[in-house]
Amino acid sequence: MIAELGQYALALALALSILQVLLPAWGAAKGDAVLMGTAAPLAFALMGFVTFAFAALIQLYVTSDFTVVNVVENSHSQMPLIYRITSTWGNHEGSMLLWVFVLALFGALVAAFGGNLPDRLKAHVLAVQGLIALAFLSFILLTSNPFLRLAPPPAEGRDLNPILQDPGLAIHPPLLYLGYVGLSVSFAFAVAALIEGRIDAAWARWVRPWTLAAWVFLTLGIAMGSYWAYYELGWGGWWFWDPVENASLMPWLAATALLHSAVVMEKRDALKVWTILLAILAFSLSLVGTFLVRSGVLTSVHAFATDPARGVFILGILTFFIAGGLALFAFRASELKQGGLFAPVSREGALVFNNLFLTAATAAVLVGTLYPLALEAFTGAKITVGPPYFNLAFGGLMLPLVCAMPFGPLLAWKRGDLLGVAQRLMLAAGLAVVAAVVTAAAVTGGPVLAPLAVGLAVFIMLGALTDLAERAGLGRVRAKVALARLAGVPRSAYGTAIAHFGVGVCLLGIACEASWSQEKIAAMTVGDQLVIGSRDLTLERMENRTGPNYRARSAVFSIRHQGEPEGRIDASRRIFASRQMATTEAGIRTFGFSQLYVSMGEETQDGHVSVRATFKPNVTLIWLGAVVMAFGGMLSLLDRRLRIGVPKPARSRVAAVPAE
Amino acid sequence: MTRKGRRLVLIAAGLGVLALAAGLILSALNDTIVFFRTPTEVAQQQVAPGSRLRLGGLVETGSVTKAGTVTTFTVTDGNGTVKVAYSGILPDLFREGQGVVAEGVLEADGSFRADSVLAKHDEKYMPREVADALKKQGVWKEGENGAPAPARPAAAANTGS
Repeated sequence: MIAELGQYALALALALSILQVLLPAWGAAKGDAVLMGTAAPLAFALMGFVTFAFAALIQLYVTSDFTVVNVVENSHSQMPLIYRITSTWGNHEGSMLLWVFVLALFGALVAAFGGNLPDRLKAHVLAVQGLIALAFLSFILLTSNPFLRLAPPPAEGRDLNPILQDPGLAIHPPLLYLGYVGLSVSFAFAVAALIEGRIDAAWARWVRPWTLAAWVFLTLGIAMGSYWAYYELGWGGWWFWDPVENASLMPWLAATALLHSAVVMEKRDALKVWTILLAILAFSLSLVGTFLVRSGVLTSVHAFATDPARGVFILGILTFFIAGGLALFAFRASELKQGGLFAPVSREGALVFNNLFLTAATAAVLVGTLYPLALEAFTGAKITVGPPYFNLAFGGLMLPLVCAMPFGPLLAWKRGDLLGVAQRLMLAAGLAVVAAVVTAAAVTGGPVLAPLAVGLAVFIMLGALTDLAERAGLGRVRAKVALARLAGVPRSAYGTAIAHFGVGVCLLGIACEASWSQEKIAAMTVGDQLVIGSRDLTLERMENRTGPNYRARSAVFSIRHQGEPEGRIDASRRIFASRQMATTEAGIRTFGFSQLYVSMGEETQDGHVSVRATFKPNVTLIWLGAVVMAFGGMLSLLDRRLRIGVPKPARSRVAAVPAE
Repeated sequence: MTRKGRRLVLIAAGLGVLALAAGLILSALNDTIVFFRTPTEVAQQQVAPGSRLRLGGLVETGSVTKAGTVTTFTVTDGNGTVKVAYSGILPDLFREGQGVVAEGVLEADGSFRADSVLAKHDEKYMPREVADALKKQGVWKEGENGAPAPARPAAAANTGS
């Protein structure tokens, strides 16, 4: 019964989405306020029905209703409750439903918080949102129905892929989808602006919080996914340049560029056309990501071949929205008025620099991700574009960007003084050099350039703080005055500084992890020791353990640091009977920002077990940096200017006067 | 500076970054792509020793030996075989008779020194390249080793190799 109700709710949601496209758009065309006013209630109703369907599917999973195909294929009655819930979206159909749920949620949020939007803009934005919902709801109902019944029902489900039986599944996909789908709002705003042929600084002020929110979620989602892969896969890698990872990185890069260009548009009324294009591209890359992951074209041509309908359907949706968005852009962009002027060396110039490099880096990732697919389609040759490519192409493009990062916020609008900014950054640069020299003296081994990378990271962090210090006039005025001024600095400035600081933190973690990780591999029996850096590990015993739906074989090690005991660390292998699959559960201990990472392989008959132990200095900074970035984004989101929202028309007109 | 002059600067900067990006992308692609080869192709095409490649096929039954942390095994595609040596912990799904993709360097004596062994598949999933190659050799047919793999859930998005 619940399954039928869920499906019925989806069908109703589909019908509502059609109305949400037609009525507001019609109203906007005719200037009919009543018709335009239907947009918000329709968005709420859509969200209600989609939520009901999503809750219904969760309920089916929680109660292990094995009359539903989707539940049978991805669940098991013995799984703990949390995994029975999360396995709802640990599969194709369920994750598409989560996608649509998030989409409907954003639609409703726009309707709820868009009270101060002009009627026509709001109607258009929600109509575009409705169109996206319409496409994906049809996709679910026609090709990926999660509510299909199965007769006769089996006694037990086939279990969730053991790799996914992890709290990560509860956090990572929802966060990632909030980011992916959040960009649909920016897209809808861009399309609405193109339809109306009118765009101003106020538009940027409405778009920025949505982009910022999506960006915050995307940042956290990617970081969470990276950490999950790190601890779950047992190899200790935190980024593999896998196509599905790239699929989430590309929208992130585009959204980062969009955030920065929207600032220029909001403050200076310039870069309008470019901002619109970026908003379209960012969501397009989200769709490309969805296509790459969902169609199966990447991981297996078989999934594509067995159900070509799915891949082709998503490809159709993708083509429609990307081509439609870009075509609209091509026809209408010329109608948008050109904005203010600025000198190449200025805050605007720095933000353009940021945008150029971010989009180039996005292109580099896109090429690396799609090139093997294209080559195979055209020549049949099978190649891999792996980390060396991305490190070189992506790294090469990010380097100038991060080097320039501390300069941007210090440059004045319109016309900046590069020399003056350089002087103000002298202290940060000096300390960065000291950090590099100290690092070079303190460590042995690792690449020659590694201390320089540490220096660069320190420069970015201190450079970010320099901006705040400058605003407060630290060192120039009395401490009390400086503190008072610091309290008055707008939250968005804090957000910028903290987010930029986070990039430095992340870079520091990457540099340390990549340069000075120590790894040992050994075949050990009970009592054997393994020396890793300043620590040694002793294999104390091997144990058998049992979990709710798995058996585990664990190796228990004791750690000694320079002779002093430091507790123990367990590495294990879990064997899931229902799928005849094993997973590696690495043992991880955190010391400061560094981690000791131990994983075990299969045991040989003579009682040896292969053990891989890695000491990763400052590795946690990689994810902490991302969290700091996201925190900066959140602070910026709380800025008074964005909360209050709509500016008075007179003020925005003043801001729009060309700055000459 | 005039409006036109400024626009020129902007366009020049854009083209500059574009050229830099294109240069980086092309040179990186040139130096770093790794080709996928089956044992038969390795024998036929006389791949030069020292070149990096991905070797894919089935782990020959009975060929796996372990000495300390070094595992040696034979990769076969039905026609040719290549001996592989790998030091480290094998992926959870590494098994005799199963598909495998090893990345590494071909030695002068024709053996293969792998620095990574991928098992990007669940219990019924063949790595795609391996499945295609084996099908070409007529060793493996659709459905023989289980149904084709379902699309990987998005949740696995960042758990890939």
